[in-house]
Amino acid sequence: MARPFAQSPYRFLLYIPLVLAAVFFLLPIYIMLTTGFKSFEEVSLQTMWNFPTGIHFDNFTAAFEKLAPHFWNSLRLVVPSALISAFLGSINGFVLAKWKFRGADIVFPLILFGMFIPYQSILIPLVSFMRTIGLYGGVPGLVLTHVIYGLPITTLTFRNYFANIPRELVESARIDGAGLLETYWYVLLPLSLPAFVVVLIWQFTSAWNDFLFAVVLTNQSSWPVTVALNNMAGSQIIAWNEQMAGSFLAALPTLLVYMLLGRYFVRGLMAGALKG
Amino acid sequence: MESKRDKWLAFALVSPSIIALLIFVYGFIIWSIRVSLGSWKGLMPDYTFVGLKNYAELIADPRFQIDIRNTVLFTLLFVGGSLLLGISLALLLDQGLRGEGFFRSLFLFPMAISFIVTGVVWRWLMNPATGSRMSGLNLLFDSLGLDFLISKWHTTPQVGIAAIAIPAIWQMSGYTMALYLAGLRAIPDSLREAARIDGANEWQIFWYHILPLLRPVTLSALIILGHISLKVFDLIIAIAGKQVALDVPAIYMWTTTFDGNFYSRGASIGILLLLSVAVLVIPYLRYTLRTETEL
Repeated sequence: MARPFAQSPYRFLLYIPLVLAAVFFLLPIYIMLTTGFKSFEEVSLQTMWNFPTGIHFDNFTAAFEKLAPHFWNSLRLVVPSALISAFLGSINGFVLAKWKFRGADIVFPLILFGMFIPYQSILIPLVSFMRTIGLYGGVPGLVLTHVIYGLPITTLTFRNYFANIPRELVESARIDGAGLLETYWYVLLPLSLPAFVVVLIWQFTSAWNDFLFAVVLTNQSSWPVTVALNNMAGSQIIAWNEQMAGSFLAALPTLLVYMLLGRYFVRGLMAGALKG
Repeated sequence: MESKRDKWLAFALVSPSIIALLIFVYGFIIWSIRVSLGSWKGLMPDYTFVGLKNYAELIADPRFQIDIRNTVLFTLLFVGGSLLLGISLALLLDQGLRGEGFFRSLFLFPMAISFIVTGVVWRWLMNPATGSRMSGLNLLFDSLGLDFLISKWHTTPQVGIAAIAIPAIWQMSGYTMALYLAGLRAIPDSLREAARIDGANEWQIFWYHILPLLRPVTLSALIILGHISLKVFDLIIAIAGKQVALDVPAIYMWTTTFDGNFYSRGASIGILLLLSVAVLVIPYLRYTLRTETEL
């Protein structure tokens, strides 16, 4: 075999660093879950590493009661943000990969750069703009923000995906008399389901996990779950056990998506590295 | 073949996105620059031109100097740590061990979680309290007899920011691993075989043959981790709130603008952040897009 250690009798030793790394990666999950499942009586900082004696939902219920309205806000934020930016990204990606207009090669890097900017450099104008158009404070303004700043990555992913589709497919459609819209709708869109999954997961995750835009653009009643959770953690009144349970609840939707659709999630990550 | 109508249509279809980005990215950057050259303090916008005064004040500002020191220290530890852990895990997982898929998924899952959740949990893991109020990792080390590991974490004077690099590495090293693993998988086995026939040992093969081939991956990882590092914000807020000892430019910008109403100073910090990211990203974008068209 080509790998080193392939036939070594000490091959099993490779598991030692792997298991140590696994412990490091699992620590936070362990503490979130064991704390979450303890009863209120069992919870104390001195015994935080102990296993729960039974399965209780006290902490989860208490945390959920505090976070519920914010979960709803997050949901109202991520669903439209992901759908709209994915759809726009697919059109942009199609044009930039298969129907280039003059100047397309200048436009593409200009779009991409938007993916990397530190948002602190646009926050002041963003807030002023949102106030002027009356979208400051609520969820719709946040949706608009996520759609626009999501465009670079969705465009990039679709462009790379469409670039790998053979040109002959588009050309034969053209010979059959299909115009731009028909080619997109009947030929490329049906082929692009995997790219849609990648992009939707990516946008869902980044909008769900966002903090900066939300904390600057929304009022307390429209806070998504990240802002509410951070506020909970900063307060002196709310116990740490509820913070742990709340953290787990806030992480659950994106963790579930990762567990169910991990393959597509990883592809989205790779797209972020600009590799097609 | 191509009709005029379709050419026009292609442009029309992308123009809403282009216009939106022109306004929200480039327009807003120019607007921020204008604010940064003005004297906007307080609630009413004031664009009275003062040149680079706000930038000069920042350079002389002791808090901003702490920010730069913190950013440099954090970047070195976070980027270095993620690269090192990432490539180590990738090399281990490239050995074709049983359970590879499990470990890979495990190392990568933190990428699905927000920095806020990571921060809130690590805030308790890195609790610096001592004595009977000891908890988190310190408590664990104490009960395992590893007292020498007990730490004040982010409350350590001067270098507290180093502790923040730990959860940041926890979150991003899996991603770095995935990048390296993809790079390793693209290297043909025949290359290793050939080197082995030439009498190279495994270490030499790695150092002289594999590592140079992974250079593009290292470059991508450096740029991505580096720009995340310059922008670090949520993680620190969730672990420690707003403390001057753990301040970074992204947090200073936020507090001075939205808590203190020093808009022009905030805009200056934002623009300096943008410049530092641009220095990293623009050459990278040019490089990537050029190699792409050469293919």
